[in-house]
Amino acid sequence: MSDLYKLVIPDEGVLAGLRRFFRSILELESIQAILAPVQLPMKPSVMPALISDPDQIDHCDPLAPSFPLNAAKVVSQLTRNPIGGTVAVFLRSCEIRAFIELVKLKQGTLDEVVIIGMDCPGAFQNASYRRFVQSCTEDPGATFFNQIQKKDTAFPGNIDLAEACKACEHFTPDGADIAIGWLGMASEDHFLLKGQTDRGLDVLKQLKLPEAAAPLMRHGAIADMLAKRLAYRDDMFATTHAATSNLKKLTAYLADCVNCYNCRVVCPVCYCRECVFVTDVFDHDASQVLKWSQRRGLVKLPADTVFYHLTRLAHMSTACVGCGQCSNACPNDIPVMELFRSVAEKTQNAFGYEAGRSVDDAPPLSVFRENEFEDVVGIKGE
Amino acid sequence: MEPFEPTIVAFVCNWCTYTAADLAGTSRLSYPKNIRLIRVMCTGMVDPQYVIKALLEGADAVLVSGCHPGDCHYINGNYKARRRIRLLKEILPRFGFEPERLRLTWIGASDGIQFAEIMRDLTSQIRAIGPSQTRQTMII
Repeated sequence: MSDLYKLVIPDEGVLAGLRRFFRSILELESIQAILAPVQLPMKPSVMPALISDPDQIDHCDPLAPSFPLNAAKVVSQLTRNPIGGTVAVFLRSCEIRAFIELVKLKQGTLDEVVIIGMDCPGAFQNASYRRFVQSCTEDPGATFFNQIQKKDTAFPGNIDLAEACKACEHFTPDGADIAIGWLGMASEDHFLLKGQTDRGLDVLKQLKLPEAAAPLMRHGAIADMLAKRLAYRDDMFATTHAATSNLKKLTAYLADCVNCYNCRVVCPVCYCRECVFVTDVFDHDASQVLKWSQRRGLVKLPADTVFYHLTRLAHMSTACVGCGQCSNACPNDIPVMELFRSVAEKTQNAFGYEAGRSVDDAPPLSVFRENEFEDVVGIKGE
Repeated sequence: MEPFEPTIVAFVCNWCTYTAADLAGTSRLSYPKNIRLIRVMCTGMVDPQYVIKALLEGADAVLVSGCHPGDCHYINGNYKARRRIRLLKEILPRFGFEPERLRLTWIGASDGIQFAEIMRDLTSQIRAIGPSQTRQTMII
């Protein structure tokens, strides 16, 4: 019995094929609703929506290169308490990985969801997406995907994929129950459907789909893309490190920050209901601020900007999945994602951890062993 | 110019290192006045944010010191502290803080002599590496 099936692409195109596939899932008795990106009727904005009526499936726009928020937060909200049924959720790879982190942080469960993922074609930042929509004569999602499939990333008006996407090495949906594969598919009449868990296989079996043979080119196509992404990522790490390698450079890097905390609000893994930065802990008295000013001659206000970013790195970099929403949300275009990812790489490596890889890997700061890291103890031997 | 005198903030646990400091005091052992002790109930409560704040506020070094492994009053707080220090050792040097500026030691309640020795060693080490970059940088 194979775990590979065909997602048939009809003459109307990929978008129609995906919508039919989603519709068939939604029509299963075992699935109550499907969460997927939806084209809003009032404006060409794409947002996640929980669709329960199969007749509404044509609003769903899984190809739109729009990534206004990391939907892991939405799935966390949907699964924190029993939802009373099973919902399918269509997520980008970084959303799946963020959700896996949230599950480990007890902010959701996998019990009542079937995760559907697809080889991620990437996305634009919000402002770029709006410009892209204006440049399109046909459906923006289909136009974009068509171009990406041809490996053409020269979009009109010099619009470029988000930096986070260009540096993303996790474009395949490894944590999904059902994976939709299009990379390296020789045939144009179908995409690959793979049941990656028992739950995913069970859904695919119920759909009575045609079985697919293992595609020969796929492995190589993924390896090629991975090599390109890793090279881009490592360049990004080196550039970012060079730009922030001491406090003077770091303050220059963060100089435009206005302490709006947008990067924390949109961060899918920043899960505290009340962040320490909105509590009284660092809500200093005026007399304290005056003391700072008197000690150094002046104090920039709001203060604690570098402190905030370093603390967020300490609190959350081990869970960073690199989705890039922090950069997307920054009103002053600070490359927050670059800073976060380049440090997260180090902190995750230090504990042999990879955020979003598996629900079975405990978050590094939630566990300890008796004999470990003895080299950080003592005042000799630095 | 006056010779450089470092400021060292030490987060010490109530049950072991603070008690050792107390013992050093009652034993009339001297140790440098550069050390600013902050007593906490356990090193396991020293969130990285306090270490970062101390360094940005101008501490030339931060020491976290608690009970020896197996001796934690709260069973395992010191193991958690060790992971947090490991984490900070990855982050802080990326931004130009020398690794020597963040230290973790285990000093038991009866180790009054060791406490005074370690404080003297640490102070002379930090004196040798000089003032922290925070003294010359405008912190935003």
